[in-house]
Amino acid sequence: MTDIAGRYRKRAPGEPRAVGYLYILPALAVFTLFVLIPLGRAVWISLYDWDGLSVGTWAGFRNYTTLFTDPELRAPFANALILLLFFAALPIVLGLLLASVSSRVRLRGLTFFRTVLFLPQVLALVVVAIVWRWIYAPDGLLNAALRAVGLGDLARGWLGDFHLALPSVGLIGTWVETGLCMVLFLAGCQRIPRELYEAARLDGAGAVREFFTVTLPSLRPEIAVAATLTIVAGLRTFDLVYVTTAGGPGDATSVPAYEVYHRAFETGQVGSAAAIGVALTVLVFAITLVVTRLIEGREK
Amino acid sequence: MRRLAVFAAVALLAAGCAPPGAEFAENQPEGKPVSAISTDPAKAGKVTLNVWDQEVRGGQNEQFSQLLAEFQKRYPNVTINRTSKSTDDVRTTLKLALSGNNPPDVAEVNQGYPDMVAFVKAGMLTPLDNYAQVYGWKKRYPKTLLDLNSSDRKRFGTGTLYGLSQMGEYVGVFYNKKKLAAAGLEPPKTWQEFTGELEKLKARGELPIQFGNLDREAAIHVFGVLANQFAGREALRSLILGKGRGSWTDPKIVQAARVLQDWTRRGYLTPNGNGLGYDDSAKQFAAGKGVFMITGTWETEVLGAPMGNNLGLIPPPPLQPGAGPATIGGENFALAISSKSRHPDVSAALIDFLTDEHAAKVLTETGNLPAVPGNNAERLPADSPRRAMLDGWDRINAGGGPAPYPDYTTPDFYDTITAALQELVDGRLSPEQFTAKLQADADHFRQGR
Repeated sequence: MTDIAGRYRKRAPGEPRAVGYLYILPALAVFTLFVLIPLGRAVWISLYDWDGLSVGTWAGFRNYTTLFTDPELRAPFANALILLLFFAALPIVLGLLLASVSSRVRLRGLTFFRTVLFLPQVLALVVVAIVWRWIYAPDGLLNAALRAVGLGDLARGWLGDFHLALPSVGLIGTWVETGLCMVLFLAGCQRIPRELYEAARLDGAGAVREFFTVTLPSLRPEIAVAATLTIVAGLRTFDLVYVTTAGGPGDATSVPAYEVYHRAFETGQVGSAAAIGVALTVLVFAITLVVTRLIEGREK
Repeated sequence: MRRLAVFAAVALLAAGCAPPGAEFAENQPEGKPVSAISTDPAKAGKVTLNVWDQEVRGGQNEQFSQLLAEFQKRYPNVTINRTSKSTDDVRTTLKLALSGNNPPDVAEVNQGYPDMVAFVKAGMLTPLDNYAQVYGWKKRYPKTLLDLNSSDRKRFGTGTLYGLSQMGEYVGVFYNKKKLAAAGLEPPKTWQEFTGELEKLKARGELPIQFGNLDREAAIHVFGVLANQFAGREALRSLILGKGRGSWTDPKIVQAARVLQDWTRRGYLTPNGNGLGYDDSAKQFAAGKGVFMITGTWETEVLGAPMGNNLGLIPPPPLQPGAGPATIGGENFALAISSKSRHPDVSAALIDFLTDEHAAKVLTETGNLPAVPGNNAERLPADSPRRAMLDGWDRINAGGGPAPYPDYTTPDFYDTITAALQELVDGRLSPEQFTAKLQADADHFRQGR
């Protein structure tokens, strides 16, 4: 005993390091029970052909290899990557724009606009999806607006159009995520020292130059957070697709999370569903890791 | 990275190593011999039955709660715990419930491969043939309806009986009586008359058929009716149940697909129908947009509430005058008994009670379509949509019954056909390419079996 105590004393002051594990034990137990064990089970099931009821038959990695060979399974992943443009890239750009404009211009009723822009975040996504279904309907608000301004030729069944259904669903995501990004960036802007802007202005920088030399680099950590949150939201989209299009028309808006639900609960291909779920987890993990490292940088 | 590996190892170990499903694998239940069956629940002692149903909407819920209450009144020793869930919720949770240790005694099971056949394969449902013999169910029901609730553990539509359905349903032609009369037209008696009326309505600037296919199910119904018209009831039935040598690429099925595409091109169907929701299209029809709507009898109450007796309904008129109506349809979820139920006899008595003549009367009074209506139609007002629904069902069954829904063909067929129909309606697939897609799915399923 004294020997161990002596060893710790040599290393660092304070309590022995091993005690740390005791502190995280409660959280770890919950995490193991509700995340690790289910995850392990999902990996295990994904190695079988299983209908959810009878005894599964060993499939090895076939459920994974078909993710690459079966066009019906490739399409959802491709769609999810396209959705990232709408769920992550566009909201971040719009959020930066809104934040930098509203931090420069003293706008009356700013709090009101900020609340309105953030509101979609607070709404349940099912509600959002139902509202947008009405907006996109052939006789919906969007087409009515187009007809009112003489652009009736552009009116169409947006969610039923093979080329436009995916962007239409994506733009709902943009609408939802932009508010979040903006609020994050506004908070970040308040952290930037005024002196930096003054210095930039003394050096003759205009609004654009100021944005790129001062605002953007200072917002790096916020951008990394926003990117992580929106990328995760984009890749795991389920409710929007489920309610608006159920993956249609054809499989134009099918996404991995929807396929997981569909295969596990509706068509009895539980092994394949688990494989898609695991692949999606790996994809989310990999993309967020790469993106945050790139944006946040390693200098800190 | 090392810590990550530890997490992964823990997770995998925790998962255990038996193949999934092994923990509840069991033998196929045999079912009680006829001589051991007791048909009197009063003698069963104190019994609690757990019943799972999806009768959550208006008249469906009304009839189900009324009949359950009557059963408990008749047999005070029986207590029924009812669990009602929406269709989607039943489909997603019943599998887990049946494979658990405390499954419902009686549950409403969806027909088809992913549901009923999967349960049968796993030995989770009690075979009902002996009960059918004791209660005379095979005389009560037409064979086409019993077949839909039967399975030989591989296929469905044949073999042992595993359930009974309370209600029938079919795809019919709903119409707006005032609008049709305003155009100087009568409800069509033959298919030619029907298509002729579509052209006349279009020329008058009316929308002939209300059609909302965003939720992907509307087109199956229209296409199913067309396929039955051109290929014939028996051929379509064999094709869907996987009997015989028929193929989806048959010229007559191709013709059915061509007509559907043609209807879109001519503007007989709602423009941009792929972008219009199913419920929204029903609302538009009720509001007077569209003269016809081809959909299932489950919409009778939905449309009848706002439209009243202005809502007309006929089975799709036949190609040949005087022939039986050609349509698709079947019955609602089947009442089945879990193989783990400790009270199969009482459960069977309940199923008998829920489907007998008295039940048909209650079903009729609550606005439902009893699977076997008897002479209940006479109890309804002559020009009401409910009366039209029952009359139509009688005519369909007298003419050989409906063909089953096409999506029963394979476990994936619903996806295949709904996606392909959206492409067909959009003009992205030719009728030949469309039918080739259907056949490819059917071939794939046959090889895998």
